[in-house]
Amino acid sequence: MSYGGKADVLRGVSLDVERGEVIGLIGPSGSGKSTILRTLVGLLKPKAGQVTVDGAPVDYASRSSLRTARDRFAIVFQQYNLFQNMTALRNVAIAPTLVKKRDRGQVEAEARALLARVGLAEKVNAYPDELSGGQQQRVAIARALALKPDILLLDEVTAALDPELVGEVLDTIRALQRDGMTMLIVSHEMGFIREVASRVAFLDQGSVVEVGPPADVFDRPTSPRLRDFTSRILRH
Amino acid sequence: MWEQVIEDAPRFFGPWNLLFLGEALVNTLLLSYLGAGIGFVIGFGLAIGRHPRLYGVLPLRIAATAYVEIFRRIPFLVKLMCVFFAFQLSGAQASLFTVALVTVVLSAAAFAAEIARAGIESVPAPQWDAAEAMNFSRWRVLTRVVAPQSWRVALPPLFGYAVGFIKSTSIASQIGVLELTYAAKILNTRGFSALLCFGTILVVYFLICWPTKRLGERLEARLGRRAKA
Repeated sequence: MSYGGKADVLRGVSLDVERGEVIGLIGPSGSGKSTILRTLVGLLKPKAGQVTVDGAPVDYASRSSLRTARDRFAIVFQQYNLFQNMTALRNVAIAPTLVKKRDRGQVEAEARALLARVGLAEKVNAYPDELSGGQQQRVAIARALALKPDILLLDEVTAALDPELVGEVLDTIRALQRDGMTMLIVSHEMGFIREVASRVAFLDQGSVVEVGPPADVFDRPTSPRLRDFTSRILRH
Repeated sequence: MWEQVIEDAPRFFGPWNLLFLGEALVNTLLLSYLGAGIGFVIGFGLAIGRHPRLYGVLPLRIAATAYVEIFRRIPFLVKLMCVFFAFQLSGAQASLFTVALVTVVLSAAAFAAEIARAGIESVPAPQWDAAEAMNFSRWRVLTRVVAPQSWRVALPPLFGYAVGFIKSTSIASQIGVLELTYAAKILNTRGFSALLCFGTILVVYFLICWPTKRLGERLEARLGRRAKA
């Protein structure tokens, strides 16, 4: 898969993800981690390459194929991106009712359960600007889960949070991992990645440089670039 | 001067004149509210057609942009003349009122398109990203996410321009449309004091503009408290 304008932002990214796996994407800023996630949900159009989900290739130029792909992926953004004009409950329930045309009563019951699961049962009627960053991010995770995705994409979901709020979001993700959710996690929380990821992919300058179990990637890096990266990360 | 006003007043506010002024008032209201209303709807359409993330295909974008940029920059009187002569050239039978109404619509559409564009652009791109990634159609991104958040930005200038159009309709008197200003001119030429004629429509214009402005302020305050759907 590759993406880019004048200079390719991504090139030579090849990655297979099994069901139930949690993949950690790490790498320096600008290495293309977020670009991969944004490309998967069709917010950026790939120039070349192929994304295959359950054996079926995704054609990002075709609306119907893109729609099918977006049904299977759900993304959570760094800045939460909750709809500012809707309550927490509505944020979670809107896509299933509107896009998937499911029964509103049933969807809202599910949405309440999801919000309870991320610890926000009392905040169903709060608007985003009435919630803390950590609470907003947990609503955003509930919103993504309401779509019943096959694969959850987490794009630096704790990067915009105050340090004391990071824990609550990470706990939520840990619980998802225990439930067997397939996830691609872009994060700078190396300790967390090490803990939840089944495999870690190190990206640099738009390419996957190294992939492997966390222990291998963090403790026995083979490429000089990864060694350089981990040594700088682990120093603080 | 005041003696003449007092002397003229009973005759000025006689039934015939009141009927005449009433008809003029109706025309002013129709030109203002109907014209601005239709124009605003067309303007929103233009803004949607211009937006690259909505329905903005290139030829449509160029045409809409050209229209908006040109029509916002021509004085109302010139637009009025252009529409007037365009109707004449085309040979279409149109009343002077229609000419004026079309002019207001064309003006309002251009200004509303620009206001709506600013409103749409006030909604940050990540809001679009989230909706698109969840498979919202363009129409739903617009109606469920973008438009409800745009109103707060778009409403105050929209009402500002609405008041502006009420005042602009007075220019239609230049081609002889019977609206308030023209009515005052006619009554003045019939010998009523200028102070009485123009003083009366001054009050009437104020009575139209002021509530319009207040309505805008109240909607704005309501949206400010809770700009939510």
